Amino acid sequence: MNRKLLISGLLSIVTANGFAQAVKIGELNSYKVFPAFLEPYKKGMELAVEEINAAGGKVQLVTRDDGGTPGDAVRVAEELITREKVDVLMGTFASNVGLAVSNLAAQRKVLFLASEPLTDKIVWENGNRYTFRLRPSTYMQVAMLVPEAAKLKKKRWAIVYPNYEYGQSAAASFKKLLTQAQPGVEFVGEQAPALGKIDAGAVVQALADAKPDAIFSALFAADLQKFVREGNTRGLFRRTAVFNLLAGEPEYLDTLKDETPDGWWVTGYPWNEINTPEHRRFRDAYQKRWNDYPRQGSVVGYAAVHAVAAAVRKADSAETEKLVQALKGLEMQTPFGNVQWRALDHQSTMGAYVGQLARKGDKGVMVNWRYADGAKFQPSDEEIRKLRKE
Amino acid sequence: MTSSAVLLQFLNGLAGASSLFLVAAGLSLIFGVTRIVNFAHGSLYMLGMYLAVWLSARVGFWVAVPVATAAVAALGACIEFLLLRRIYRAPELLQLLATFALVLIVRDVALWAWGPEDLLGPRAPGFAGAVEIAGGAFPQYDLLLILLGPCVFGMLHFLLTRTRWGILIRATTQDREMAGALGVNQRWLFTAVFTLGAALAGLGGALAIPREPAGLGIDLALISDAFVVVVVGGLGSIPGAFIAALLIGVIKASCIGLGYSKLTLVAEFVVMAIVLVMRPWGLLGRPQGEMRGTWIEVPLGRISKRGALALGLLALLLAVLPSLPDQYLLVLATEMLVFALFAASLHLLMGPGGMASFGHAAYFGVGAYVAALAFLKLHWSTGSSLLAGLGAGALAAAIFGWFCVRLSGVYLAMLTLAFAQIAWSVAFQWDAVTGGSNGLVGIWPDTWLASRAVYYYLVLFLCGCAILALWRMAHTPFGYALRASRDSSLRASAIGIDVRATQWTAFIITGSAAGVAGALFAFSKGSISPETLSVQRSVDGLVMVLLGGVHTLTGAVWGAAGFTWLHDIMVRSIEYWRAAIGAAILLLVFARWRLSA
Repeated sequence: MNRKLLISGLLSIVTANGFAQAVKIGELNSYKVFPAFLEPYKKGMELAVEEINAAGGKVQLVTRDDGGTPGDAVRVAEELITREKVDVLMGTFASNVGLAVSNLAAQRKVLFLASEPLTDKIVWENGNRYTFRLRPSTYMQVAMLVPEAAKLKKKRWAIVYPNYEYGQSAAASFKKLLTQAQPGVEFVGEQAPALGKIDAGAVVQALADAKPDAIFSALFAADLQKFVREGNTRGLFRRTAVFNLLAGEPEYLDTLKDETPDGWWVTGYPWNEINTPEHRRFRDAYQKRWNDYPRQGSVVGYAAVHAVAAAVRKADSAETEKLVQALKGLEMQTPFGNVQWRALDHQSTMGAYVGQLARKGDKGVMVNWRYADGAKFQPSDEEIRKLRKE
Repeated sequence: MTSSAVLLQFLNGLAGASSLFLVAAGLSLIFGVTRIVNFAHGSLYMLGMYLAVWLSARVGFWVAVPVATAAVAALGACIEFLLLRRIYRAPELLQLLATFALVLIVRDVALWAWGPEDLLGPRAPGFAGAVEIAGGAFPQYDLLLILLGPCVFGMLHFLLTRTRWGILIRATTQDREMAGALGVNQRWLFTAVFTLGAALAGLGGALAIPREPAGLGIDLALISDAFVVVVVGGLGSIPGAFIAALLIGVIKASCIGLGYSKLTLVAEFVVMAIVLVMRPWGLLGRPQGEMRGTWIEVPLGRISKRGALALGLLALLLAVLPSLPDQYLLVLATEMLVFALFAASLHLLMGPGGMASFGHAAYFGVGAYVAALAFLKLHWSTGSSLLAGLGAGALAAAIFGWFCVRLSGVYLAMLTLAFAQIAWSVAFQWDAVTGGSNGLVGIWPDTWLASRAVYYYLVLFLCGCAILALWRMAHTPFGYALRASRDSSLRASAIGIDVRATQWTAFIITGSAAGVAGALFAFSKGSISPETLSVQRSVDGLVMVLLGGVHTLTGAVWGAAGFTWLHDIMVRSIEYWRAAIGAAILLLVFARWRLSA
């Protein structure tokens, strides 16, 4: 009964402002390259569209596979703009694809809501008027882990990350932020294996040889699985604390199963334990609709569609320039709570959950977790203005 | 590094080498006997992994390994029997295209059957823990692998040198026609060898699951590693593959141990480039025997009157395209034209030049990057930047080609691949200049060229002229000299043609054309990233040329247009578009071969 009340309450908010303006969203993503993340993402989007339209909204969603390369993605985005005549572009996963589409959006003057890509550059160095980004950036997620890392007062740190922009900027931010928080910290080893091709045995051995007190890792997916298994076998984690970006997201955590290492600090999404009303409502609706539990991607897809709908409602129009104005400073409800779209750099303040990994039976879970609000993990406005060259 | 660390990293290298050897040995055997460059070998390995993970949960790891191996072997036999057997007499590269189509199909089948998540297999029962070696913990399972590599090597060696079947295989590897003439039933020999190779790939995959999860990207990641090992060792040489696997495994582990982990991105390709420059047939390889009588080439025809008329009509049609309401057609046509030029340039090298390049994207990408940098950093105009792209493509081709023309056949192809990979890793790694993995953005043409229609006309004019020039070149004295060099380098040099200089010139010409294509591509997309010179782009180029037909004058252009169009349609309308493209390519391969046979 309670739940029904809540739903109807939320729906009435949706419809309150005479939400009748139609909007056509052109979504493109690398569905065949990163299916583990993007299939739940698509389900999240579809759920959001159904909710909005059931409440009298007029959202039309067109999805496309972007082929996973910037060149193909730009062509697909052009198709969405010219043939489908979409009002808003949305999506992309890998940073290089996100940047390419963002660059096209600025050239063609179309709003682009980058849902997934983590690169800092999309809102900083390469930020532009037409691009907005939903997920917490690499910098933000690193900044969320640093306070915990500094608390441990470990002196010798080793770093391991996949060798491409996400890993490189995660490593650079971590070094910078930890040195600020804990002067005198030493970085004794650095490993940057190629993405998806980590030679885990050799990397674990090299890290062990550096004799660190703690390790910061930005590995994910298959690289993370290999690293964890080798590290467990070779006893690397017995004496070292480990911090790993993203490892608490169900997409990556669930694949670790009984190898899940105890006590690692991670960012992630403990979907079954978050019991705020807004999350419970989302989780119930998602499980009812798809007969499956939500992943991090589901939340992102769901919130992205709702963000567009909220912007259209505020602007009472689907015109690009009005939507840009509406999104700046827009506040909205997501499964993670209230989120604001920063007018300064077009980054949403959606946060992430910071906690520790633990093994429960033959599954990994997140424990001791708390929500880290994205608004609190930003560089100063001054720094951002300088980066955006505005 | 302490001495114990050195020892442990050496052992890590050996363990990696063992699993690499299993796959490479199979690939090498198959190539040696059937002359098929089996692109799908990595897919067989991947299937071995998936099957083993799936079976382990049901019957346990140690039963799963042999069962998965047998299943992959059976699949290999089917592939040989149903597909490859029908096209053995087709030009070599057509078979490569067929196996490439299999890669696309197998990946989607795996996605459909096992879902998108990476599946981590169980630890091997009995070898789950670690042993203490030199003060560090070393996994028991890795020790087992270290022993297994030489065991398999020993068995293969015994099979090849001590059994009658092995003698037949070696005879066929050395001289296929002669073995056939002496009454060896080649059909069954080929089937048997392909099955054995597939079994080795399946075994390698099944044995890998305690060390790495089964995932969808493994097929292509693995095949490039395996190719490198096979080529470094010498095609068809099992001992060579063994040594090469050890060499590469140990070098990679040392890079990591010494703290140069970023070098692993390109280490194997640097090794391959050095080996091929020093020893053109790999470490233990021998010059390939001449293939006799399998394919007699018809000289390239000129464009007929009717063909010229059709081309004129096409040009007219393309000229009025911007007046149609559908603006997307312009975007698509721009891309088709750019790739048509790219494919036409590759065709001059492959067809009249007889030099298959697996790394043609290098010149495309270098052209794109240099044009973009000239535009962004030096603030050159669009026109000058395009010229810079042309120059850069030519220069890159001049440098790479100088080494490549000293080789031939698959070795030449692999050296072009090695250079392309090195160029790719420079673009990927050199953050300050190339923007690293993110690439460069903001490469939009000058305002007067910026609209879709005007830029389309520019591309139409430039690509049209360049393609016509490339076609014309096939019937100039240079073109004849190039074809003479391909057909018989001995006779060509006897009549005074400088074979190497001719081939080198071909490299430079095609490099500059690809460079222009790359520069036009950059300005049409507004951004570029390392994928512009990735293996995938090179493979796409090959597919375009082969679809259109190597031994036709204009085929590459139609192949490029068709492939781009097919890709665009399939991705949009079919969920399993990879498999659909794969199936379409297979159909075309068979249709082509039927038509020409």
